[in-house]
Amino acid sequence: MFCHYRLWGMKKIEYLMNRINKKLQENKKILSIYFTAGYPALNDTVSIIQTLEKSGVDLIEIGLPFSDPLADGPTIQASSTAALQNGMHTELLFEQLKNIRDSVSIPLIIMGYFNPVFQYGVENFCKRCQQIGIDGLILPDLPLDVYKTDYEAIFKKYGLINVFLITPQTSDERIKEIDEASDGFIYMVSSATTTGATEGFGEEQQDYFERIAAFKLKNPQIVGFGINNSETFEQATQFAAGGIIGSAFIKHLTEYGVESIPDFINTIR
Amino acid sequence: MSYNADDKGYYGEFGGAFIPEMLYPNTEELRRNYIHIMEEPSFKKEFDQLLKDYVGRPTPLYFAERLSNKYNTKIYLKREDLCHTGAHKVNNTIGQILMAKRLGKNRIIAETGAGQHGVATATVCALMGIECIIYMGEIDIDRQAPNVARMKMLGAEVRPALSGSRTLKDATNEAIRDWINNPVDTHYIIGSVVGPHPYPDMVARFQSVISEEIKWQLKEKEGVENPDYVIACVGGGSNAAGAYYHYLDNPDVGIIAVEAAGKGIDSGESAATSALGKVGIIHGSKTLLMQTQDGQITEPYSISAGLDYPGVGPMHAHLFRSGRGEFISITDDDAMKSGLLLSKLEGIIPAIETSHAFAILEIKDFKPNDIVVINLSGRGDKDLDTYIDYFKL
Repeated sequence: MFCHYRLWGMKKIEYLMNRINKKLQENKKILSIYFTAGYPALNDTVSIIQTLEKSGVDLIEIGLPFSDPLADGPTIQASSTAALQNGMHTELLFEQLKNIRDSVSIPLIIMGYFNPVFQYGVENFCKRCQQIGIDGLILPDLPLDVYKTDYEAIFKKYGLINVFLITPQTSDERIKEIDEASDGFIYMVSSATTTGATEGFGEEQQDYFERIAAFKLKNPQIVGFGINNSETFEQATQFAAGGIIGSAFIKHLTEYGVESIPDFINTIR
Repeated sequence: MSYNADDKGYYGEFGGAFIPEMLYPNTEELRRNYIHIMEEPSFKKEFDQLLKDYVGRPTPLYFAERLSNKYNTKIYLKREDLCHTGAHKVNNTIGQILMAKRLGKNRIIAETGAGQHGVATATVCALMGIECIIYMGEIDIDRQAPNVARMKMLGAEVRPALSGSRTLKDATNEAIRDWINNPVDTHYIIGSVVGPHPYPDMVARFQSVISEEIKWQLKEKEGVENPDYVIACVGGGSNAAGAYYHYLDNPDVGIIAVEAAGKGIDSGESAATSALGKVGIIHGSKTLLMQTQDGQITEPYSISAGLDYPGVGPMHAHLFRSGRGEFISITDDDAMKSGLLLSKLEGIIPAIETSHAFAILEIKDFKPNDIVVINLSGRGDKDLDTYIDYFKL
């Protein structure tokens, strides 16, 4: 009986394996791009995703804009404010994305702050994500303990991977706890900063990357904050499974527009 | 049922620490140490000494005879307006600067709206010779020039918050961002009973000296420790938390919280969070806050800069939701009239925040033998321009 159950379980896992996990198994350096939904123009969301996929990006983080993005630096703050002024809101984002799986197969993550998700209703939000084909969520201000007690079961029910952050200040003990609670990848914040604040990596980051690599965590790590060109992407992926670019990408979008996305991606690798 | 924070910083369903991982080590360090440090005899001694010699505590509990006659009840005023720097805010900043020193921090950041908390923070940083950076919305910097000048005289750097609506909530965001970028050497002195755990509880404890004094002062004057009602204005809610603190779990003491209705609750220009807010997350705390259907935080309005915060401390959200506290909102106009009335009847010009609390006397009937304590949280010097404009003085 037990054996039978296990076999069934494994089959099910394979069948339903999340696109993020599949991508992580490809054993390549993951390039993940963050953009703010509704920016530069309200209806750019789908074309940005399609263009990113065509440009060879591995993973996309779709930013759900928030009025008070307290972990973000000026670039993402400004894109969020502009997106809200353009009229972006949760239901509209879902509406824009509802047929996205007809045209792209790239793993998609929604990244945002917890309050808009909480107002939508966490279960409703997760359900819509599953219907659309969203693979995971990054909600930096949803704390680990609250996730575990109140929301883990809901995320699992709808097949969503929850991505947690660690920073150079995160204790060893907590890193292990976060690794335990994760089932996709760990978002490794490169330095104690808000987004877009650092330029390049120094010795301190190098030590931190090595320290985390030495843990041999069960979840791969993808580095975010501070990657803005091929050099920093190379540095980060020397030790980690991949790198995330947000602010630098948004700056490029602001300056050169959606059509020039491939130009930006080509400079990274 | 207790109305105080539990060990995870929850007041009923409200509170907690909804913070990005970047802030976890900072708040965790504070959470692990704050009660222990506050209970150290050497800390208590230094705190009490400074409150006495520097702040000027205990502040008087004053029987307002003419006001009592007018409203036919017994009204006592807790004179926090007589604290150094002109308001209760300094009770908290004294406590937190001592906390910061014990945690080995050498750089202080704070947010401010009208500038009162900024001045109180700059003051204690000057006192201790510690670097001080105050975040203030660009719009508030223009509106509150005298307080900006005070902070500068006290040696603080005032940094404009240029994001969002460029007011208090954005100044708070900027201070949080600074803390994310400076996690090791910096302590963030939050000015109210808001923010992630342990801030609401820590700030309430530092402000609890207000009700601690009311108890023994009332005993001296009336032979009883408990008033029938304690009234305080609530923006974030720190003066109210202090005034209620030792009465929270005593159902014989009525708790009245006064919020700013602005131009009226339904006017679209209001700061009455209990009436207009929904449960959500603001600045790391689960509480009631004013927001759109979509969960975007909205900009509140009140004539009083100290009350226009879109949220309310989790303690107050719980007092409201549980029915323990009676929440009433007062319009700009009614608050201004009450401020003028107090000035003429008692010779005390209150801060406009505080004026809201006095307006309760017009709308609620108290019995002749009721003992009503109103927390006179601040003085009105800072608001003279607004009073002048409003009354064409």
